[in-house]
Amino acid sequence: MAFESLTEKLQNVFKNLRGKGRLTEADVKTALREVKLALLEADVSYKVVRQFTKSVQEKAVGADVMNGLNPGQMVIKIVNDELVTLMGGETAELELKSTSQLTVIMMMGLQGAGKTTTCAKLAARLRSKGRTVLLAACDVYRPAAIRQLEINGEKAGVEVFTLGDKADPVDIASQAADYCKKNGFNVLILDTAGRLQIDENMMEELVRIKDSTPVDISLLVADAMTGQDAVNVSESFNEKVGIDGVILTKLDGDTRGGAALSIRAACGRPIYYAGMGEKFTDLEQFHPDRMASRILGMGDVMSLIEKAQESIDEEQARKMEQKLKKASFGFDDYLDSLNQMRKMGGMQKVLSMMPNVSPAQMQQLEGSVDEKQMNRTEAIILSMTAQERANPDILNVSRKQRIARGAGVDIREVNQLVKQFMEARKFMKQYGGMMKGKGKRGGFGGKFRLPF
Amino acid sequence: MAEQQEKKKGFFSRLVSGLSKTRDNIVAGFDNIFTGYASIDDDFYDEIEETLIMGDIGITATESIMQDLKQKVRDQRIRDPQKCKQLLIDSIRDEMKVCDTDYEFERRKSVVLVVGVNGVGKTTSVGKLAGLLKDEGKKVMLAAADTFRAAAAEQLQEWADRAGVDIIRGQEGSDPGSVVYDAITAAKARNVDVLLCDTAGRLHNKKNLMNELSKINRIIDREYPEAYKETLVVLDGTTGQNALSQAKEFREVTDVTGIILTKLDGTAKGGIAVAIHSQLGIPVKYIGVGEQIDDLQKFNADDFINALFDVSES
Repeated sequence: MAFESLTEKLQNVFKNLRGKGRLTEADVKTALREVKLALLEADVSYKVVRQFTKSVQEKAVGADVMNGLNPGQMVIKIVNDELVTLMGGETAELELKSTSQLTVIMMMGLQGAGKTTTCAKLAARLRSKGRTVLLAACDVYRPAAIRQLEINGEKAGVEVFTLGDKADPVDIASQAADYCKKNGFNVLILDTAGRLQIDENMMEELVRIKDSTPVDISLLVADAMTGQDAVNVSESFNEKVGIDGVILTKLDGDTRGGAALSIRAACGRPIYYAGMGEKFTDLEQFHPDRMASRILGMGDVMSLIEKAQESIDEEQARKMEQKLKKASFGFDDYLDSLNQMRKMGGMQKVLSMMPNVSPAQMQQLEGSVDEKQMNRTEAIILSMTAQERANPDILNVSRKQRIARGAGVDIREVNQLVKQFMEARKFMKQYGGMMKGKGKRGGFGGKFRLPF
Repeated sequence: MAEQQEKKKGFFSRLVSGLSKTRDNIVAGFDNIFTGYASIDDDFYDEIEETLIMGDIGITATESIMQDLKQKVRDQRIRDPQKCKQLLIDSIRDEMKVCDTDYEFERRKSVVLVVGVNGVGKTTSVGKLAGLLKDEGKKVMLAAADTFRAAAAEQLQEWADRAGVDIIRGQEGSDPGSVVYDAITAAKARNVDVLLCDTAGRLHNKKNLMNELSKINRIIDREYPEAYKETLVVLDGTTGQNALSQAKEFREVTDVTGIILTKLDGTAKGGIAVAIHSQLGIPVKYIGVGEQIDDLQKFNADDFINALFDVSES
């Protein structure tokens, strides 16, 4: 739920703006002050915020209001455009050399950013794309860091190269590269120790690794929860070692993730992936434009759809979409969708990607979607007759009593589920309505329509 | 002899050197402001405000400090920007006032539960804390209740060896509750003073993992009710305002009695300590300022502020 708090803030700001017919300079100022505060609270670096609000102010005050927009929407559009620009616009792909050559990736960052975990995730990801990957354990300082990489490597099915914790990381890296060439690996990922950007010796070590091993891509692994320091960290790593790209971790927390903006602005390099969970598959492509939309409360429908496509086969997806649109689904479909949601990483993840779901609503829904509850729900639905599942409206007290006995639950739980189901159906209906909006990406429900 | 003196000098100077970068950031900024302005005006205030925010003190605490400062300047009719320095120090000190920080668990048989999100330095802090308590002559035992992260128990084992204390481990992937249970049994049998429990990192918005903490708590309450219970949340000093949200969420599921603020060496601003004290009223009890086993120190708000502003100890 990255940025959700920022989303809520900006929504509040623009709610006031939207209510007005005309926008005065004072309005722009008030709105921008709120934007500024929201961004600062979101841990976006002060320097970046100042630069951002300044350029929005310049564009907003002088701008012609476009046809079909009210002035409030115009400000939203400008803020959105600026955010997208700042976040880097397009999705960036990690560019590896051809499979006949060795690509060396060096992972670096502060302590506790999640380098070792991310190494394994990245290795698993590249492996699934047909690469032969070797992990090299260059963190000889932290106790059991090598062991952690070995275990993760084993789980991800990737070989780990180590010379123990007495060797020089520089030697480990270069010997790992030789090992790759001899044994036909075409990607080498170096897991380096966490270090502070002001620790001259440790920074020097990274430079020495780069000097002795042909590192093609140096990736900064950064914690999405980093505060004002994010700018200093990325500037120093960039100056001293050179950053080719960024992986942002722990984005599945409730951080507002302003660090993403700061890092991007400070080093000017693309953010490739975002760490979204504890599993090896939880390394996702980072979409700057969608992230920017998400900040503005327009959700992340694109991510949702993509995720659904990965988890559900095409055919099922199309059926599902039809049903979502018509909101004509019964308990069987509800069960299907529950199972699909499990595959997609749980209800919360799905909901967090939808637009127009405010954090407050999320909180409400949260209680109803934990995994155990899902199992009980399944039991209840399986205790219904086919007719009942297809047409939930026929459920009366005696039917519910029978179902409760069948599922071994209290009738209250059956009642609750039916109620929840009705709510979900309503919710899906809204969502379906939104999907029908004009154009591929346009149309965000009735009152919030923007031409981009 | 010289070594001993070196150690005596210990706390304050180490804090000062540990926080040197923090000071460079916050204080260098302030000194420029206090000497750079001829009069107290909006620009002057804006710049102080900016410096505070850049130190991760956060909007809310910053606004409160600024209001307090402006009030004092008005009341005392101060015209010289340089005189604002002491006022500002006082204002920040006021913001940080919380009830007395107590280390009662050191004096009694106790269980210390160490919790936090991923990668903040829980295992390292537990290791350092073990060293600290052992030096005070306590009998310490560690419980490796992080059964999730690969090699977490090995990492803690290394710290146990360094500190020379006992450790109770379980299988990777086993129930952390059972490790805690075993550890309590062993702690009672071996007459241990302080049992330190390392737990798995968990993002504070993951409900199931947070529930797991409640379960561990229940086990401690049931199996060892006579022990004094201390729950320390470990926060990363480089984390921004999300640290507040973390502390709040952990307070929801466990009875948080204190905070360990890590990674305050280097560039970490530590301003978040001010925000935590001012907004949550949970005392920061320890700070981590380096990688060595003795780089964990008890936290004292006055010393912290003095170190920030380099007000000499004498």
